Amino acid sequence: MIARFAAGDRVAVRHADPPGHVRTPFYIRGKAGVVERLCGAFANPEELAYGRTGLPAKPLYRVRFAQREVWPDYAGPTADTVDIELYEHWLEPA
Amino acid sequence: MTEEHNHPHETLPDQDGPLSYYQRMEAAVRELLVEKGVLAAAEIREAVEAMDARSPADGARVVARAWVDPAFKARLLADGSAACRELGIDIGGTNLVAVENTPDAHNLIVCTLCSCYPRLLLGLPPDWYKSRAYRSRAVREPRAVLAEFGTDLPADVAVRVHDSTADMRYLVIPMRPSDTDGFSEAELAALVTRDSMIGVALARQP
Repeated sequence: MIARFAAGDRVAVRHADPPGHVRTPFYIRGKAGVVERLCGAFANPEELAYGRTGLPAKPLYRVRFAQREVWPDYAGPTADTVDIELYEHWLEPA
Repeated sequence: MTEEHNHPHETLPDQDGPLSYYQRMEAAVRELLVEKGVLAAAEIREAVEAMDARSPADGARVVARAWVDPAFKARLLADGSAACRELGIDIGGTNLVAVENTPDAHNLIVCTLCSCYPRLLLGLPPDWYKSRAYRSRAVREPRAVLAEFGTDLPADVAVRVHDSTADMRYLVIPMRPSDTDGFSEAELAALVTRDSMIGVALARQP
């Protein structure tokens, strides 16, 4: 597996709206965060859902976002975060 | 009970409606597997029974070990699945990420897309974990959700929400309660509740 990003890299989630079984929540699309860790490579669920192999496996990352970045009106402290698992093809350098 | 059961209350609906699409699909696949001899009906029943019998006890055991053994805790944080197997816990193919509560940060687990949950470690998820209200609000206003569970956190403790969107499953290591010096691992495990491992509550005070 060749991973495009490493822990600490700043990344943005693609602002895309493809049809099908997608595991990137709408609320995080278009937001920028920092790679917390590389989780490994996993079969692509967007393919698995339709009976295909999902291979080659895709790098999966946990990306940490500041809640204030995700929700501009977030009422809590600036240190609050949300971590989300995202497949590499959903991420771009930011 | 000898009293006559005549007090008025609404009864649960009998769910006599037509099967949903997925209920029909489940029945069709299950019956085909049995007909083709891939699985016996008893094997399916046993698997359901075993899953229903899982409880948060294994998770509590993992947390208690982490409290008393810093080297184990380090391994748990580095590779949650391997650390569980080290304790003889069968977590199947679960990819477990353990996250640790500290005086500076509190962790909360949710799956906004469905109801991903480390079932092999904690048993079946509570109904509220699967509700749309919890799934949407835990990411949007986690501190309000925590307060409704009776967990009020000061502003200098960061709330770290983990949305379990893909292949990893999450376990919160709550903070060890005070005044538990000298407790055995079993005594400590009794303080580790299901809710404290999801992150909506703290571990019990003895």
